[in-house]
Amino acid sequence: MHELPVVKNLVEIVLQHAEMNRAERVVSITLEIGELSDLEDEWMQKYFNFVSRGTVAEEAELVIHRCPVVVQCSECNRRFEVSLEELPPDKCPACSNCEKFNVVKGKEFYIREMKVI
Amino acid sequence: MYEKENEKSIGKNSREEFRLIEVKEDILADNKSEAQNLRNRLKQAGTYLLNLMSSPGSGKTSLILQLVENLRGDLKTGVIEADIDSSVDTERLTGAGIKALQLRTGGLCHIDAVMAARGLEALEAELLDLAIIENIGNLVCPAEFDTGAFKNAVILSVTEGDDKPRKYPLVFSICDLVLINKIDLLDYTDFELPRFKENLFKVNPGVECFEVSARTGQGIQEWSSWIKKEVWDFQQGKAQ
Repeated sequence: MHELPVVKNLVEIVLQHAEMNRAERVVSITLEIGELSDLEDEWMQKYFNFVSRGTVAEEAELVIHRCPVVVQCSECNRRFEVSLEELPPDKCPACSNCEKFNVVKGKEFYIREMKVI
Repeated sequence: MYEKENEKSIGKNSREEFRLIEVKEDILADNKSEAQNLRNRLKQAGTYLLNLMSSPGSGKTSLILQLVENLRGDLKTGVIEADIDSSVDTERLTGAGIKALQLRTGGLCHIDAVMAARGLEALEAELLDLAIIENIGNLVCPAEFDTGAFKNAVILSVTEGDDKPRKYPLVFSICDLVLINKIDLLDYTDFELPRFKENLFKVNPGVECFEVSARTGQGIQEWSSWIKKEVWDFQQGKAQ
């Protein structure tokens, strides 16, 4: 739902790096987005195409990697991955009697790298 | 500036050579630093900022009316009302003599730190003890943008169901306080408090919870006391 402001920031950062590296064209951009984020891949690309029009990043492909959600058991501090369907988990796999967890990963919004010419 | 160490040649076709550039930047870094700047300024001014998030119709404005009424005489309070359009909420607040400002987001689904800062400036928040942002009614987007608030609260009304923390884990995992509203309707719904708290604590162990009703006034006193303590502790921290 809020892809547009996120994409505007993304394009700004991509253009800075493109200029810094004297890129003629950006071919693809690899993103790491946490599973907890509700950003839609398809809409990210659509907005990206719109916002990047007329820049060196025009027509670049967004390669989106989803980072899994990691929770930490509040009893034994064990960290483990959970799928969105399993969230919140029933039991900690290590101490098994704990039912409380802190979400420690899954909210990322990173640009990892980009492929340029 | 040519960052040679961050770059390597990764492939060739007949004419072109691709280069891979490591970026490693947070897309929301701008907003995060704006939020931190805002927090620093508010700290200087001694103004405590609370961000209220919920679904549409959970009773945010009614609860704020009750809260501010309760705080009158103890804390100078102002409210930023964020809505996609219309100013009906602000009219309700100003009609009750509450200092309030309408932010029309024009379709945007959340408030970010820059918008919050603009709103607070127009509200002259530096003269207040407590500023409340009534975020857009939506459990999804507001959770991803730091507004610069010191604490985040989520309001959930019992008619929405006790499984909401399972459906919207992000917002329930980042909040510091949960208000369970319309508690007077509990008997007319299938909402089970123990089941809700179990769902909630799994993504946010030990988060503070208050059972409230904007209609009957139940729990408003407890919530007001919590806020007063928060604001006074915060202001004393500033004085130290």
